[in-house]
Amino acid sequence: MKLIAGPALALLFSTTSVLAAGDGTCAKGKTLTEGNLTIATGNPAYYPWVMNDAPESGEGFEAAVAYAIAEKMGFGQDNVTWVRTSFDEAIQPGAKNFDFNMQQYSITPEREEMVDFSLPYYTSAMAVLTTQNVVDAGAEATLDGLKDLKWGAVATTTAIPMLKDVIQPSSEPLLYNDNADVNAAIMAGQIDAAIYDLPTALYLSAVVVENGALLGQFPAGQSESPDQFGVLMEDGNALKECVNAAITELTESGELAAIETQWLSEATGVPVIE
Amino acid sequence: MEETSLQKDSVEHSAATPTRREVYEAEVRRRSNRIALISVVSVTLAIFVLVPLAPGWEAVQRSFFNGRVFAETFPGLLEAFLMNVMIFAWSAPLIAITGLVIALCRDTRAPALFPLRLFGIAYTDIFRGLPVVLVIYIIGFGVPGLGLPRPWNSPYIWGTLALVLVYSAYVAEVIRSGIDSIHQSQRSAAASLGLSDQDTMRYVVLPQAIRNVVPANMNLFIALQKDVALLSFIGPVEIFRQAGVYKSLYANFTPYVGAALIFLALTIPATRYADYLMNKQNRART
Amino acid sequence: MTAKLSLRMVRKRFDDHEVCKGIDLDVAEGEMVCLIGASGSGKSTLLRCMNLLEPIDDGEIWLDGKDISEPGLDPQPVRQQIGIVFQSYNLFPHMTAAENVMLAPRRVHGLSREDLRPKVTQLFTRFGLGDRMEHYPDQLSGGQQQRVAIIRALAMEPQIMLFDEITSALDPELVGEVLDVLRDLRKQGMTMVLATHEMGFARELANKVCFLDAGRILEQGPPEVLFSQPREPRTKAFLSRVL
Repeated sequence: MKLIAGPALALLFSTTSVLAAGDGTCAKGKTLTEGNLTIATGNPAYYPWVMNDAPESGEGFEAAVAYAIAEKMGFGQDNVTWVRTSFDEAIQPGAKNFDFNMQQYSITPEREEMVDFSLPYYTSAMAVLTTQNVVDAGAEATLDGLKDLKWGAVATTTAIPMLKDVIQPSSEPLLYNDNADVNAAIMAGQIDAAIYDLPTALYLSAVVVENGALLGQFPAGQSESPDQFGVLMEDGNALKECVNAAITELTESGELAAIETQWLSEATGVPVIE
Repeated sequence: MEETSLQKDSVEHSAATPTRREVYEAEVRRRSNRIALISVVSVTLAIFVLVPLAPGWEAVQRSFFNGRVFAETFPGLLEAFLMNVMIFAWSAPLIAITGLVIALCRDTRAPALFPLRLFGIAYTDIFRGLPVVLVIYIIGFGVPGLGLPRPWNSPYIWGTLALVLVYSAYVAEVIRSGIDSIHQSQRSAAASLGLSDQDTMRYVVLPQAIRNVVPANMNLFIALQKDVALLSFIGPVEIFRQAGVYKSLYANFTPYVGAALIFLALTIPATRYADYLMNKQNRART
Repeated sequence: MTAKLSLRMVRKRFDDHEVCKGIDLDVAEGEMVCLIGASGSGKSTLLRCMNLLEPIDDGEIWLDGKDISEPGLDPQPVRQQIGIVFQSYNLFPHMTAAENVMLAPRRVHGLSREDLRPKVTQLFTRFGLGDRMEHYPDQLSGGQQQRVAIIRALAMEPQIMLFDEITSALDPELVGEVLDVLRDLRKQGMTMVLATHEMGFARELANKVCFLDAGRILEQGPPEVLFSQPREPRTKAFLSRVL
């Protein structure tokens, strides 16, 4: 059985791969413009997901994954168009201006009722961004130590259930529109710490937040429902199976892991919060 | 011929039966009621029958009028609305007092107080000229950024200050228009009795001015109740922000509709009441 | 100088329009002087100048031998001594009749409501308004409002009272009750200056009648002389129109 199954699977695999990569039959007639794939990202798109806010370069984790998925679906680099959307535009009913949307959307069952997600392309740890002053003042990377900090987060992220359910801070967290506002609040001393996905937190602490520091991370494996990023599509989008096939292929061939290593390698070495 | 005889008839019975004019007006009334009814029914039908026929209706309904999401988020929204009420409750008196002080600054006539007057003018010009949200951002993040220690860098304090600055500028202008609306003869009467300028303002002009502008100020405070939501930009989780959080969690806009309903439940009665006061005042004037 | 109030060459202009063109007038203690003349002849402005509601441009106004028209002088003490009642009553609509009357004595003389109550009640009773003290102006008739306005001015115990066409805005049947108040004051010996169109009243009670024409006192004299033997043609013309 095994003997048969192995080659059969391999055959099946190569067929899909041929189908997907070869002439793009899976995606045929399913994209906004024939022969072209329109991908949405944030405005602006942040490091390390997209380098220099220029997804066309293919640099940055999500930009690289997007081109890899596109290639597996049969779209060459020249056949990919980028558009920008906010979160609200991504979930609003009605015609979309993108085939799929990549901006660190966490897959949740509630969201899946309204939109479609692909298989996950990244499983993120959550991390605590703070400043050196707070660390010096004695903040500890333990759950008990975190409770008494003044917390902030971006209101449209899955960091909020994380805050409410895991950290359960003693004072009401303050919530903001975007990363920039959270950083402003940290620098103004209005909040001690904020929750981000680990790569974003790393970038912010190193580059954006003056005197920024990472207190620790909640590793993805530790959580019952880890934060997994998926490609967002309109509910019932026929393209979903093609995207999923592409992601499966990338995962199993190890290409996805290679991209992750290339762009998100610094994410290791951050102390784990017990 | 027939008509004339009919008229005669009704004239003869005029004590008990309606007059010609009453008959005519009753007919006009009946006709306008009929037209109003038909038009209301047809517009309602159009909304409730035609809109759902639109191809995207199902998607819109799922995103904006989702019963399940509504039921799950509404209690949380109500709770968050308490934050709006609280911010409003402490902002409104501060705004009223500041607005009055600024209005009085603008009305000073003594040359020694000219800087005060200049200040009043600059204040109202600047803060009426800026979007509320901009002032909230600049003050809410800017002032604490100077390095104030907690709790003095709280977004509640500085956000409230931003609201007070902007809204007191409007209130000041409304009060000033009220002061201007008091006829010069009232000041003359007070002066002829030997009252000082301050006493004239305090006992004669202001009480009347403020009463005159109650409806206009009510409208401002209704607007304030809505703008309290802008404080969410600098951190506080009030109803608008809470709705945004739910929107993100459920990828659904229904929480915004829930928040809108909560706002309306408060602002519609308040607006009706302000209009009622305004009409009453207009009637009293004529 | 024996006059209580003396005007010397008083001039007043509004922008380009000179309203008082050098007016001389003496009012003796206890005297009642009536100013008559067409609308716009300057009667009202002259009254308002007398208690410094309008600053005069030139000339002098003397009260008890003291020049009160000196520019820069604090007008408030003068206004406390010279009361004025306006054609349109000018009651404070947000206060009861009694509060209208008590405001100035309270604020200017520092008296309490309790101090004032007996005197104010007495004034209201004297002018037939004993049961109207707690009414608001819009609950009173024009005649009642005008009487309250007079009481309000009297409560400051002025030495001179000015009346600016105080019956002109009243319905004819209400004029009498207000004129009765003036008769009463006359009997008490109050020094009064009236701008008025009530010629019969002026004839009956005035010590002196002044005919104003285009900002000047064209002719003045005792009523019996001025009304029956006017010297000036313009006075004659005016009187023939109103009598």
